[in-house]
Amino acid sequence: MKPAPFTYHRASSIDDAIAHLKGGDAIVRVLAGGQSLVPMLNLRLAPADKLVDLTRIVALRQTEERPDCIRYGALVTHAAFEDRQIPDASNGLMPFVGSQIAYRAVRTRGTIGGAVALADPAADWLTTIIALEAEIALVGPNGRRAMSGADFTLGPYMTAIEDAELIEAIIVPRRPPSERWGHYKVARKTGEYAESMAIALIDKARGTARLVVGATDGAPLVLARSSREIAAGNAGSGLAAVIRQELADSGRDFPPEKLLLHCTTAIRAVANTEKR
Amino acid sequence: MKTSISATINGRPVLSSVEPRTNLADLLREELRLTATHLGCEQGVCGACTVLIDGQPARACIALAVSLDGADIRTLEGLDQDPLMLTLKAAFHEKHGLQCGFCTPGMLISAWDLLRRKPHLSEAEIRIAISGNLCRCTGYQGIIRSIQFAAENWAGKAKLAQEPA
Repeated sequence: MKPAPFTYHRASSIDDAIAHLKGGDAIVRVLAGGQSLVPMLNLRLAPADKLVDLTRIVALRQTEERPDCIRYGALVTHAAFEDRQIPDASNGLMPFVGSQIAYRAVRTRGTIGGAVALADPAADWLTTIIALEAEIALVGPNGRRAMSGADFTLGPYMTAIEDAELIEAIIVPRRPPSERWGHYKVARKTGEYAESMAIALIDKARGTARLVVGATDGAPLVLARSSREIAAGNAGSGLAAVIRQELADSGRDFPPEKLLLHCTTAIRAVANTEKR
Repeated sequence: MKTSISATINGRPVLSSVEPRTNLADLLREELRLTATHLGCEQGVCGACTVLIDGQPARACIALAVSLDGADIRTLEGLDQDPLMLTLKAAFHEKHGLQCGFCTPGMLISAWDLLRRKPHLSEAEIRIAISGNLCRCTGYQGIIRSIQFAAENWAGKAKLAQEPA
């Protein structure tokens, strides 16, 4: 065994989990799929006095279809998306993203809620749910609240989750069937964390577009100006210049090679909307 | 403080008392002496410790044993009579799918899961599917050939079984 000692509680319900997450001075961490947390414990990078295991809470595994959205329980695994065991609100984007995360032996256990809670900028779901304009449902000692992915993500590994609060579900609006998605990810090796990733959602019938760049040095960037240009029909080198300028103006300190990389990824994501 | 767990390991009920920080691979190797499950990186990267948890491939080095109460766990030892695993082992033998053998149990479990889910695969698909299993002998060409050979043999057996006698 490699981690430092910690205690363990198998939560029986959401209320039980919240009660045990109130740790006072102790460092209490939530265990979902454990595919990021346990490696960090093994490396002794993430200190923990106590783990609260959510995996037996049935309510967190459930997916609920609603007329205008689908509510995915926080413990839905990447493999469940990949295998289409659950309904899809995203015209196939979420099953595709699920199939691209790490490796099968990680996807069978890793969960969407755990990935979003960790808020690793290079991980796949954060960029995806911000692109899809999903809401994150939180539950804690002070009750329930929901917020957009953009408001939820404060920075790398920093979120709006408060003390003893946990993610209950990810609520994804049903995307219009006329919308097409494009995805592009640069990673040094299959299954590795991304160096850059981008998702474009373009609906020519409705005249809308949304372009998000992830795996940056902070929260994923919604490129609003570029999105408007795409919706207005701008393409090619003109669009590339707009994207590049918007990234440069984003306030992030991109070195030239990163700026080029993110710009290229964004352009390829836009181009990939034509391929499906 | 130790916690007692009960699980089914290779078809047999196992009752054990574990520290919360004990990972599944250590439980398998040190307490149950099931040493086919190898530990390489111990941080979920190399895939040598891949086992089946409730029928799905998972990394035993980053699965906490304490969280697996009630789980059905199968290691390479528990697949020694499995027809698909026997086909894979024969193919790894025939097509030189191993050199030092350290990564082989993980490779075999990943390949077993892959062929169960997707019997018809291109070489590129096999490469992507085993990208989570590292072979530091770099014997990938032989491993890919072995999995392709096993896939062909397995498809042939399935076809034979379907044909009327």
